[in-house]
Amino acid sequence: MSLLELKNVSKIYGELHALDNVSLKVEKGEWVSIMGPSGSGKSTMMNIIGCMDKPTKGEVLLDGVDLAKQSKRNLTTIRRDKIGLIFQQFHLVNYLTAVENVMLAQYYHSMPDEKEALEALERVGLKDRAKHLPRQLSGGEQQRVCVARALINYPEIILADEPTGNLDEANEEIVVDLFRRLHEEGTTLIVVTHDPEVAEVAQRTLVLRSGKLAKETVNPNFTGKIRFS
Amino acid sequence: MSKQKMFFRMIIASLLRRRSRMLVALLSIAIGATILSGLVTIYYDVPRQMGAEFRNYGANMILTAADEAFTRSDAEQGVKMISSGDLVGYAPYRYENVRVRENPVVAAGTDFSGAKKTSPYWKIEGEWADASGELVIGANVAESFRLKEGEALTVSYTPESGEESGEVLVDLTKDFTITGILETGGSEEDYIYMSLDDLAELTGSEGTLDVCEVSVSGGADVLQGYVNKINSGSNAVRARLVKRVTASETTVLTKLQALVLLVTVVVLALTMICVATTMTAVVAERRREIGLRKAIGAPDGAILREFMGESMLLGLLGGILGAVLGFVFAQQVSIRVFSSAIRFRPMLVPVTILVSVAVTGLASLMPVRSATEVDPALVLKGE
Repeated sequence: MSLLELKNVSKIYGELHALDNVSLKVEKGEWVSIMGPSGSGKSTMMNIIGCMDKPTKGEVLLDGVDLAKQSKRNLTTIRRDKIGLIFQQFHLVNYLTAVENVMLAQYYHSMPDEKEALEALERVGLKDRAKHLPRQLSGGEQQRVCVARALINYPEIILADEPTGNLDEANEEIVVDLFRRLHEEGTTLIVVTHDPEVAEVAQRTLVLRSGKLAKETVNPNFTGKIRFS
Repeated sequence: MSKQKMFFRMIIASLLRRRSRMLVALLSIAIGATILSGLVTIYYDVPRQMGAEFRNYGANMILTAADEAFTRSDAEQGVKMISSGDLVGYAPYRYENVRVRENPVVAAGTDFSGAKKTSPYWKIEGEWADASGELVIGANVAESFRLKEGEALTVSYTPESGEESGEVLVDLTKDFTITGILETGGSEEDYIYMSLDDLAELTGSEGTLDVCEVSVSGGADVLQGYVNKINSGSNAVRARLVKRVTASETTVLTKLQALVLLVTVVVLALTMICVATTMTAVVAERRREIGLRKAIGAPDGAILREFMGESMLLGLLGGILGAVLGFVFAQQVSIRVFSSAIRFRPMLVPVTILVSVAVTGLASLMPVRSATEVDPALVLKGE
């Protein structure tokens, strides 16, 4: 059984078909990129997979559970327990330090553990910045805190929406390298991106156009390492 | 780390690291709590303050003989039943017909130190009588006999027993020095005033009192309580309220307290609106944070608890500040309006803090509840 399966999923807003009869499967431990121009339905798909929205039609099976049939409360629980989210704009709580931001995910999930949160920050190379507030960190550092927060509860899937959209090349490489290490550890990654260089790093790339799955490419030379042109 | 510890770590971080925002909210709560606690302090202190003010208009209780006559010690026993905290003063009076330059005049024997307290409105031109042989005379008497302060005056008294037995009348006399002229605008100006001891010496007898004026601070209920206590506890004296004074006092006090209460209620309502507006703004600017918390798995209840915890902590701090500043505010008002210090009421401290926490909590509930409706996808999208 696939970890994630979308069966004929549509999301319709009035006349607009943001997603139009999309079907796809993501296996456990797989690294998938989703590409597409603005308005192609990437964010809608992210919201549905991330349990922040429901499809108008179709089934979304995560670990065998149909997300389309879950209540708002259940979706919150599933999101908390199974999904790690990373956003383009980092989205950290601005008055909490780096380590407290990581602990926030533990707080809602189970029990905050500062030692474990510090270890997560160490994995993203930010142990020495643990007591800094977001405004004292660079964009790349903030995104790495988000990665630490996303992985702290050992989620089934890490869902990243334009994770390198606001980063320079050096930080982009650091974040992609972190994804590679997570992938090696068996974490499933779904990365939405505009950037072909980031998309090509994944094992498989899906391209959306006007809400439909337009293209699917398997990377035969998968290494998990970014190659800048 | 326990969840509880993390909860407090987060709300304290929010208060300390968002100082400028939180100070605005804290200021709005503290100002509300200050005015509220100040007004309630004044509300409770008004009867005492106004009571003291009313005591300037004379005694509000009189003691008379229960049977035929009562003595100074009977009056003192009656007065002792009044708590020393409530007793402003008392002045016993004994009236006798005497003669000044062969003309009849009423002499009042009293205790001048007591009269000063029961009749603070008496205006003395010159000095109050202090020692034996000193006299204060009413303005009408002074005018009739063209007397001035500092002059000597011989007062004579004809004993009543002489007339009845047909004996030769021998007037008793005593020389006095006039220390002051009394002006009240009332019947007091027709009398001459000396100490009870001097009157006893002049008349050759201790005699009995005609009336004892008592000035007591407190509302109508307190006064009536003392009247009942004296009437049931003493066989010699009978206490009565001076209705003219106590009734007008009660009317003015009731109206004044109603006014202060009305202002307090209006301030409470305005405080709630002000705090609600501030908290709405505080919550509104944190919609993205709420969206983020929801996105990483926070249930609505957890967000509600965190924001309510923050606002109630603000309410607590604002309440503590308000309780302290409220007393200072009430003190200033009291000193400026009543020229006397206000009484500190410890009970108002927890009450102010509780009201402040409750008002802030209630005012925050609506905006926080609506904030939990935030859709994380919409808030986080494209921002």
